[in-house]
Amino acid sequence: MQILQLLLYLILFPLIAALFIFIGRRDSERKMIVQISAIAIGIVSLVLLVFGYDKDTLIYSIASEPVSQIMFFIEIILAVFILYLGIRHRKSLTVVLILLQAGLLLWFETNMAGNLHIEKNLFVDQFSIIMAMIIGIIGTLICVYAVGYMETYHNRHKEIRDRRGLFFGLLFVFLAAMFGLVFSNNLLWVFFFWEITTICSFLLIGYSETDEATSNSFLALSMNLLGGVAFMVALIYLVISDPSGRLLDLNYLLTTGKAIALVPAVLICFAGITKAALMPFSSWLVGAMVAPTPVSALLHSSTMVKAGVYMIVKFAPVLSGTTEGLIIALVGGTTFALASFMAISQNNAKKVLAYSTIANLGLIVACAGVGTYNLMWVAILLIVFHAVAKSLLFLCVGTIENRIGSRNIEDMGGLIVRMPKIAIMMFIGMAGMFLAPFGMVISKWAAIEAFITAPFGLIFIAILAFGGSATVFFWSKWMGKIVSVMRDQKVIEDTVAKEKWAVLYILTGLVVVVCLIFPLISSVLIEPFVLNIYGQTARLSQANLTIMLMMLCLLMIMPFSMLFYRKGVTPALPYMGGRPMDGPMHFAGSMGVSREIVLSNYYLEKMFGEERMFMIGASLCWALLLFAGIMLLGVIL
Amino acid sequence: MIPEPFVPVFYALVYILVAPFLGGLIAGIDRKVTARMQGRVGPPILQPFYDVGKLFEKENPVVTVTQNFYVLSYVVFMMVAGALFFSGGDLLLVIFAFTLSHIFLVLGAYASYSPYSHVGAERELLQIIAYEPMIILTAVGMYMVTKSFFVSSIVSSSVPIILFLPGVFIGYLIVLTIKLRKSPFDLSTSHHAHQEIVKGVTTDFAGPNLGKIEIAHWYEYVFLLGVIWLFFAWNPLIAVVAIIIAYFLEILIDNTISRVKWQLMLRSAWIIAGTLGLVNLGVLYYLGMVVAP
Repeated sequence: MQILQLLLYLILFPLIAALFIFIGRRDSERKMIVQISAIAIGIVSLVLLVFGYDKDTLIYSIASEPVSQIMFFIEIILAVFILYLGIRHRKSLTVVLILLQAGLLLWFETNMAGNLHIEKNLFVDQFSIIMAMIIGIIGTLICVYAVGYMETYHNRHKEIRDRRGLFFGLLFVFLAAMFGLVFSNNLLWVFFFWEITTICSFLLIGYSETDEATSNSFLALSMNLLGGVAFMVALIYLVISDPSGRLLDLNYLLTTGKAIALVPAVLICFAGITKAALMPFSSWLVGAMVAPTPVSALLHSSTMVKAGVYMIVKFAPVLSGTTEGLIIALVGGTTFALASFMAISQNNAKKVLAYSTIANLGLIVACAGVGTYNLMWVAILLIVFHAVAKSLLFLCVGTIENRIGSRNIEDMGGLIVRMPKIAIMMFIGMAGMFLAPFGMVISKWAAIEAFITAPFGLIFIAILAFGGSATVFFWSKWMGKIVSVMRDQKVIEDTVAKEKWAVLYILTGLVVVVCLIFPLISSVLIEPFVLNIYGQTARLSQANLTIMLMMLCLLMIMPFSMLFYRKGVTPALPYMGGRPMDGPMHFAGSMGVSREIVLSNYYLEKMFGEERMFMIGASLCWALLLFAGIMLLGVIL
Repeated sequence: MIPEPFVPVFYALVYILVAPFLGGLIAGIDRKVTARMQGRVGPPILQPFYDVGKLFEKENPVVTVTQNFYVLSYVVFMMVAGALFFSGGDLLLVIFAFTLSHIFLVLGAYASYSPYSHVGAERELLQIIAYEPMIILTAVGMYMVTKSFFVSSIVSSSVPIILFLPGVFIGYLIVLTIKLRKSPFDLSTSHHAHQEIVKGVTTDFAGPNLGKIEIAHWYEYVFLLGVIWLFFAWNPLIAVVAIIIAYFLEILIDNTISRVKWQLMLRSAWIIAGTLGLVNLGVLYYLGMVVAP
């Protein structure tokens, strides 16, 4: 029973915290509640890890009747609320979708729900524990960071209404919903939490209430509602197939085999694709960057999009070896390559991060869609590494933005001098995203090795080879911008608040530590999970692990070499083609004019322009999804 | 003679000690042959060693101290990549270490904030993304033929890999032009004064730092030619001949074709990887999956 209490605690405690934050009037109170609750949630997720890692799937029975009814009630209230907002802002698409969804829900509740008796409502396995760790540690760290961030944010943007109570309340509701999602075994419950994350993200994206924020939040809402409709159809299909509702039991459904589970799996994966912002739905996540940065960090790393890929990875065994699965994998693969290309052409830091997220989610979905045992292993590994590195990067960009007042990469020149600590953290985060021997490269490598034996794997290897090299390009040029040393710059990072530093330090440490102990994470959590499902599992060979550890150590030692160069340095001026430099960052131009040196990165607009790439990607992915839809209809009829 | 577990270490050490001499010698021969093609007498074969020796005697002017760190890391990780390769390590890991080392060179060039080295750095990055897909496909091709990513197994395989991977081999030779900094793809920095006067990515490195970059380049030569060896590993004699012919071809191309713009480089490298490389692998894949599963 002990673990069940932990699960309930993790779902309910953030809700209680949210309530208190919402009621709390003063900033200091709120700050304290956020910090204490964050620590409490973090510790409990760790306790869950300690007690739960060695157990296989545990399923718990809870009387579903009252809870399900409360959930239904909340869903209807939320639908009415969305309907009201949709009508007020004249968003016809949202109105149509919410009416459709609410109609389906009502019909379901009146005609079908009566016969359902589902008892096994909660469960926990190693994958849920991994997700819980991501939500409980990274998610809460972001909340703590947000306290300081929002203070600066509101000082800077006086025009935005201060609704911080609502803001932090929503963050914690979001965490609660995520916990609920990864612990629910009853698909009706999963759907409920799924919708809650949609609505939380909608409200958070629209927080600043500017026109742009409002329209982007409705974009996010519409796309996710579309996914929600698909999810709802999957539920109805399952209940029609078996009116007793046994199929709504997630872990049971996954064992029933392809004949029954494939149709709902594809529908739910469609919902997952909308939530994970794969093409053609990528625009909502890019638009979501209008939100305050901690929200982006949360959406990108530990919540929302991770909910999407979580469900798809869950259904990977059902998808493996099917044409539908291959199509979903192709949607993921296309997204990976094209989103990586698009990131090259962006100079907005948050947009680059957004496209990089979309690309990585695409890769995860590509792995899950093909769905062999070693690819599932890779997919989970990717989820872990990505969550850690991406949250760090977002928070760094947020800090930089607060200090230099810009999120343009071109304005980040010489950051290594102006904000040395942040620059080094960004460095580690970026290294985590694309350099050996850090996380994402380990995953990319494992993915190549896994795809090579998978059916149609060659397509994905090609995608990885080309998309992966694009990744190298856009990260390195950003790194280059940060390290370019401009003389006579002042350090401007000393006003960053203590809690923010604490969070950034912890996350930076996590990026490195996760890399160091990933063999442990793999053998304790991921491998048993994969083994349980497929009867076999993947791992990297011992020899390679040793070499990578050695490389990591070497990489950590190398910076100390700078100590040897302290003495006997002959400072030189950068080469300016023979022009004299008459002042820092200036050179003598013709006619005796002093000109400033301005260097700009390559963005290769003509080749990798955003619009062009999106057109290609969206049309390809729509075609693929349409094809999958037709196949699905064939199966149903 | 040497205990079994230490054999890879031994090979790694041999590489680290011998490769610079071999690489320098290759560079010397390269210069000689190039000179003859251009109707000059050319420098002595050992000239590269004299040059680098002289560089180390000079003072070390840097725009920022961090440049030293980047250059040192470039050399060290180049050595790591090559050592991993010659000790029979995982080819993909070798490629990732190889990329890592180049990123350090690029960062070093970015650090100086000179427009020339900045453009050099951007171009070096473009070169990296141009050749990387083909190199990864080469590794994948090796796996398809020998069922292993480990250089040790690939090299001891008795299969004539080249017969299975002719397309990949040609693709590799073409991206090798980029890697050896040969015209038409010597965009980031060139060996020849007629190509560019300012030295691109190496503009703001001088003295010992430039010397280190040169040494890293020698390490790189040996590693890159080692990959050619893998294609012919079943017969060492043919392998040596193939390497010599391949290198001669590179010099010939270098001296007969003028430098292209980066757009053309990127496009051609990717199209080659996408056609020669992928089609070759596709055929192998088809044969492996369908004909003889």
